[in-house]
Amino acid sequence: MTTKRSSTALAIALSLSFFAAGCKKKIAAPPAPSKPAPVETAKPKTTVARPIIRFFTAEPTAIERGQASSLKWEIAGADSASINQGIGSIGTGANIAGNRSVFPSSTTTYTLTARNAGGESSESVTVNVTAPPSKTVTTPAPAKASFGEELARLLKDVYFDFDKSELREDSRSQLTQNADHLKSLFRDYPSGTATLEGHADERGSAEYNLGLGDRRAIAAKEFLTQLGVSADRLRTLSYGKERPQCTDNNEGCWQKNRRVHFTGQ
Amino acid sequence: MKKLLLLLTATALFAQQRPDIIGQIVGTQKATIAIADMRGAGRAAEQTAVVNSTIFRDIEDAAIFKMAPKSMYPLKVPQRPQDFRKPLQYDPNNRNADPWLMDWSEPPVNADYLAFGYTAEQDGQLVLFGWLFNVRQPDVAAAQVIGKLYFGPLDETGARKVAHEFAADILKQFGVESLAGSKIYYVSNRSGHKEIWSMDYDGGNQKQVTSYSTITTMPSVSPDATRLAFTSWTPNGPQILVHSLETLRRIPFYNPRAGVNQNASYTPDGKQMVFSSSVSGYSQLYIANADGSNLKRITQTRVVEVEPKVNPKTGNDIVFVSGRSGVSPQLYRMNIEGADVQRLTTGEGQATNPSWNPQGTHVAFAWTRGYDPGNFNIFVMDVATGNYVQLTSGAGRNENPTWAPDGKHIVFASDRGGRMQIWSMLADGTQLRQLTSSGINEKPVWSK
Repeated sequence: MTTKRSSTALAIALSLSFFAAGCKKKIAAPPAPSKPAPVETAKPKTTVARPIIRFFTAEPTAIERGQASSLKWEIAGADSASINQGIGSIGTGANIAGNRSVFPSSTTTYTLTARNAGGESSESVTVNVTAPPSKTVTTPAPAKASFGEELARLLKDVYFDFDKSELREDSRSQLTQNADHLKSLFRDYPSGTATLEGHADERGSAEYNLGLGDRRAIAAKEFLTQLGVSADRLRTLSYGKERPQCTDNNEGCWQKNRRVHFTGQ
Repeated sequence: MKKLLLLLTATALFAQQRPDIIGQIVGTQKATIAIADMRGAGRAAEQTAVVNSTIFRDIEDAAIFKMAPKSMYPLKVPQRPQDFRKPLQYDPNNRNADPWLMDWSEPPVNADYLAFGYTAEQDGQLVLFGWLFNVRQPDVAAAQVIGKLYFGPLDETGARKVAHEFAADILKQFGVESLAGSKIYYVSNRSGHKEIWSMDYDGGNQKQVTSYSTITTMPSVSPDATRLAFTSWTPNGPQILVHSLETLRRIPFYNPRAGVNQNASYTPDGKQMVFSSSVSGYSQLYIANADGSNLKRITQTRVVEVEPKVNPKTGNDIVFVSGRSGVSPQLYRMNIEGADVQRLTTGEGQATNPSWNPQGTHVAFAWTRGYDPGNFNIFVMDVATGNYVQLTSGAGRNENPTWAPDGKHIVFASDRGGRMQIWSMLADGTQLRQLTSSGINEKPVWSK
């Protein structure tokens, strides 16, 4: 930490000495010895000078996850310029100036590269991201939530009519939302798998309901698969009427039990 | 109405049996039996209550006798044949006379048979001295049908044993196998998880059989009573497991790769099993060897089909439950190849839980016909004619009927008393008995 801070201070001091305008500036860590220095201020001998990055800053340079930092830049003498980390081209022409808000989820170094016939120049800034302090339950789950916890938070049950395994309109709509969540969860947690539990209300026989719960889970799985969710990360499990979440003797309760419920492993 | 029901039941149930059994069930030609309370000598006295109630219940449950009302019994009750002394002239009003056969055969008792005897302690064992007399005979020598000793441990188990054996001998005289040796397997949650339990036919001797600590349910017993198949939630979901009833250990059964394998039921030779599996994505019916090998699909639909049961006599008919009519599940029959499919129930309500009687003529099942979904009652259908009778009504939810080995009794689960419990009854709906009371109990099967 101390080392980093002192090197940043040194970099600022250096950049100040190079640029009479005194703009605030950071430069990247020293490049690998085999590459040319990214910031070259020697007077060009060729007819075309390399572009000059007047400044490239992040404000602020330290944020909490979920907050924004504003990148600002001004470049002279470039034909084109771009920023990495998925931002891409930031313009063409002799003078390029602009800004952009970024929401990095972890500490990220942004590198601006400007090009012209004489070569290229680049500058980097780093936005340090810290986890937000733990707050009340109304805030989103902390980043360290397990796959199962995240899945339980995001995926809602889908419901069925009595003695039916066909998907209702509201079930399709819920499954579509669940599909989106599953796709991003599977991306974020490469080893996670989801189980679709099929349940039935208490009125049919246990034997028939075990088959019916299985059908409901399979119908939901087929729908998710059609929406592009990876089939080999979805598992079905019927409980029939053996694990009701509600045991009252009325339709409101029966409806709660005629469902497919999602769990993550 | 009641008369019609009895007639229907009797005709339906025993059409292929001797006509006198119809008479016995309907109640017109039953012999009347009196069962004198026994006394006990020494430490055997502590067990006499168990002995007397067990004998009475075994005989009454067999449903082949009319029971003479106990309140009409004479005051002087014989304990041994020697207690009978033939009077010079029988006088029913002579209270000082010795016991005599006509005390029992004349009004108000009007019995045809009398069971009597006593118990004693002998060399630390319990001994029951039991006699059965035909009291219509003119003298003691001609009257004796049974005179026998029964031995058991000097405790309640022994008391039940000797009583069951004496009752079984009495029933054997009338061509009836006693249910006393039979077992009922069922599901109970009293350990904290649903497990398979067993008990005697009268609710005695309740024991836990499995200990999987997940959900273990839907027991089925092989025809020779050596194997118990059931469905248990494993890491692969609900799957079929099989235990040997001789070693009480698990024996192999290879489940097809499916989310649900359930409702295993044996063929009459015990060599194969039919069951429901969702291999295809729909619960469908399959047949395999008893170890799960040589799997063959029987039904080919895209609906849920469960509970296949092979006719125990023909080995060729299967009754099963299917949603293939597009209405709520109904009862169907087909041959073992899956052909000649015929719907048995009318399409009303939900029909489920079929069970063949041992004669292979009738199916007991649970049906919501005439009631709201979930309000099942027990019905019996003559499969050849499609005629059916309703055995329960207005008493809670009643399901999973299965037949006793005698083909006359049915065990089922009912929540008529609040919680689901195991009950037995005669196949005409009478002689209801509650067999369990601890925890929730369901899915009984009656094995020999």
